[in-house]
Amino acid sequence: MRKTLVVLIVLAALPGCSKSTRPGSLVATPTSSFPVTLTAANGSVTISSKPSAIVSLSPTATEMLFAIGAGTQVRAVDDQSNYPPNAPKTKLSGFQPNVEAIAAYQPDLVVVSGDVPGLVTSLKKISIPVLVEPAAKTIDDSYTQIEQLGQATGHVKEAGTLVASMRGRIQTIIASVPKFATPPTYYHELDNTYFTATSKTFIGSVYGLLGMKNIADPADKKASDYPQLSAEYIIQTNPQMIFLADTKCCGQSITTVRKRPGWNQITAVRDGRVIPLDDDIASRWGPRIVDFLQTVVNALKGLKQAA
Amino acid sequence: MATITAAEQLHAIPALRARKRIGWLAAGVLCVAGAAVLGLFVGPVHLAPVDVFKKLISVLPFVRDTSHLTATQEAILMQLRLPRVVLAGLVGATLSFSGAAYQGAFRNPLADPYLLGAAAGAGLGATMVIVFTHAATASNLIPVAAFAGALVAVALAYAMGRAGGAGRTATSLVLAGIAVMSFLTAVQTYLQQRKSDTLREVYGWILGRLSTAGWHDVLLILPYITIGGAVILAHRRLLDVLALGDEEADALGVNTRRVRLIVVIAASLSTAAAVAVSGLIGFVGIIVPHIIRLIAGTSYRVILPLCFAFGAAFLILADLLGRTMIAPAELPIGVVTAFFGAPFFAIVLRNSRKMI
Repeated sequence: MRKTLVVLIVLAALPGCSKSTRPGSLVATPTSSFPVTLTAANGSVTISSKPSAIVSLSPTATEMLFAIGAGTQVRAVDDQSNYPPNAPKTKLSGFQPNVEAIAAYQPDLVVVSGDVPGLVTSLKKISIPVLVEPAAKTIDDSYTQIEQLGQATGHVKEAGTLVASMRGRIQTIIASVPKFATPPTYYHELDNTYFTATSKTFIGSVYGLLGMKNIADPADKKASDYPQLSAEYIIQTNPQMIFLADTKCCGQSITTVRKRPGWNQITAVRDGRVIPLDDDIASRWGPRIVDFLQTVVNALKGLKQAA
Repeated sequence: MATITAAEQLHAIPALRARKRIGWLAAGVLCVAGAAVLGLFVGPVHLAPVDVFKKLISVLPFVRDTSHLTATQEAILMQLRLPRVVLAGLVGATLSFSGAAYQGAFRNPLADPYLLGAAAGAGLGATMVIVFTHAATASNLIPVAAFAGALVAVALAYAMGRAGGAGRTATSLVLAGIAVMSFLTAVQTYLQQRKSDTLREVYGWILGRLSTAGWHDVLLILPYITIGGAVILAHRRLLDVLALGDEEADALGVNTRRVRLIVVIAASLSTAAAVAVSGLIGFVGIIVPHIIRLIAGTSYRVILPLCFAFGAAFLILADLLGRTMIAPAELPIGVVTAFFGAPFFAIVLRNSRKMI
C-alpha cells in the first residue's frame, strides 16, 4: 500500500520537473534551476536536482510545502504534521528523530525546524541535504522560509505568489482593524497552567501587528519569552480578551475557563470574549497564520461593537 | 536550697522532655501561623494588609466585613490565595509526615514518600488520562487516575517485596519499590513519546499544580489526608519500638509486619492524595523529617506532630517564593523546594552533632 503510494507520488512529481524551467519568469528571485545553493539556518546547503522525495519533520514546513505546490514531492512527514490532511503522515518524530528511519524513505531533501543534536551531521554523512527552518520570530521570517522552500523544491513562482497573497490579505486585515482609544489588552494561553507568550515571540508579534497589548510583557523578567503567569496577576490585569491556544492539548474552552476560581471577575470572561483557537495554527508560523489573524480581528470587531 | 534526690531526678527527665515537646509544638504552630499570614498577605498582586485582615476575620461568625476590597481583589484573596495557602500547607504536612512514617517503617533514613513508587504510579496514571482520554474530560480525571496509580504502584511493590521472600525484610520492600518505580517510569516515558503532542500537559502536571489550585482541590484530598495522618499519629509509639529493630520489637510483643503494613498504607494513601492535586514535589518528605530529627530528637512522638507543622510551614513558604520571586511569573514549586531546601538542610546537617 505504502509502496504504491510512493510510486504514485513520484509519478505525480515527474511532470512538475518540466514545468519548473520556464524562461522569462517575472519573479526577480533566483530561478529554480538546479543545482541550487541556499543559506539556511544550518549554513550553506546545496541541492543537486529538483527533489522528489522530501521528508518534512516540521509541521510548519509541511504546511508551507503543500501551500507552494510542492506537496506531490513530499514523501513522508512527521507524526505532528496533521495539515493538510492529505500529507503523507508517518510515525517519524521531529522531537526524537531516528536517522535510519528517515533514511529508509530514501529522501533527497529533509526539512526540520530545529537541529536535534547530531541529526544534520548524521544525515550529511549519508549525503542527504537538510534544511533547518527554525521557528520564525516575525512574519517576515515566515515569508523568507516560504521563498527558500520554493527555491529548494523548484516552486519559486508559487512561493512568490503565496507570499504576495499573504502580504495582501494581511494588509487588508490590518486595515479593517477598528480604532481603539487605548490598545485592547489580551492574554494568550498556551496551556492550562497559564504558560503564555510575550510580544517578543512570533505569535506575540502577530498580535502586535493589530496594535494589541499583551498582559504578559511586564511578567517576562526571566526573558524566557514564554513565562508562566500566576492566576492572581491575570485576574488583576483584567484582560479584555483571552485567546485559548490550548483547546486541543488541554481541552480548554470558555466553559472550563469560567469554572476556574476567581476568573469570572475578568472582563473577558464576563463579556464572553474568551476566543478558542486552533492550537496548531497558533503554534506554527505557516500560511494559515492569516486565518489566525482574521479570527483575532473578528474578535476585535466584536469588542468595538460592544464598546 | 533543696537537694535533688536520684529518684526525683529520674522523675524530672520525662517531665522535662514533655515540656520541651510542648515548646517545640508551640514553635511549630507559630511557624505555620506565621507562614500562612505571610502567604496570605504577600503575593504578585498587592492587597492592603488591613483589608486582607478584615476580610479574613469576616469569615468568622458575627464579624462584619468592613474591608475595602474590590470584587476582583476579594476573588484573588478568597478564591486563589487562601485555597493555595491551605493546599500548600496540607500537601507540605502530608509529604513530611508520610516521609517520616516511611523512614520509621523501613528504618531507612533515605526513604521518602515516593519510595515505593507512589510518584511513578501517580505520574503514569496522570499520563494515561492525558494520552488516552478526550482532553475536555482529562482535567477532572487526572487527580483520580494519579491517586489510583499511586496506590496500585505501592500495592505492587508491597506484593513483590513480600513475594521476594528472603526474610521479607524492609530491604526487599525497598528494592521492590525501586523495580516498580523504574518500570512504571519507563511505561510513562514510552506513552509520552508515542504521543508527543501531549508532552506539554504531562510536563505541566509533573512540575506541580499548586499554581491552579482552588477549594475544589482542598476538599478532594482532605478526607484521605485526615485519615492517613490520624492513623500514622496513632502509631507513633509503635514506630519508636520499630526503631529498635525487628527482632527487638518482636520480642517486645509488637507485630512488626502488621505495624509496617498499616503505616505504609496510611502514608501511601496520604501521599497519593497529595500527589494527585499537587504533582510531584520532591525533597519535602525527606528534609523536613530529618531537620526535625536533628533539632528536636528522634522519637516519633516528637517527629510526627512537628512534621505536620513544619512541613506545612515549609511548603507554604516555598510556594510563596515560587509565586513572588519572579512575579508576576511563576517558578515551579519543585525548583524552590530543592533550591532552598538543599542548602538549608546542608547547614542544619553541618551544625548538628546528632546522628541521623
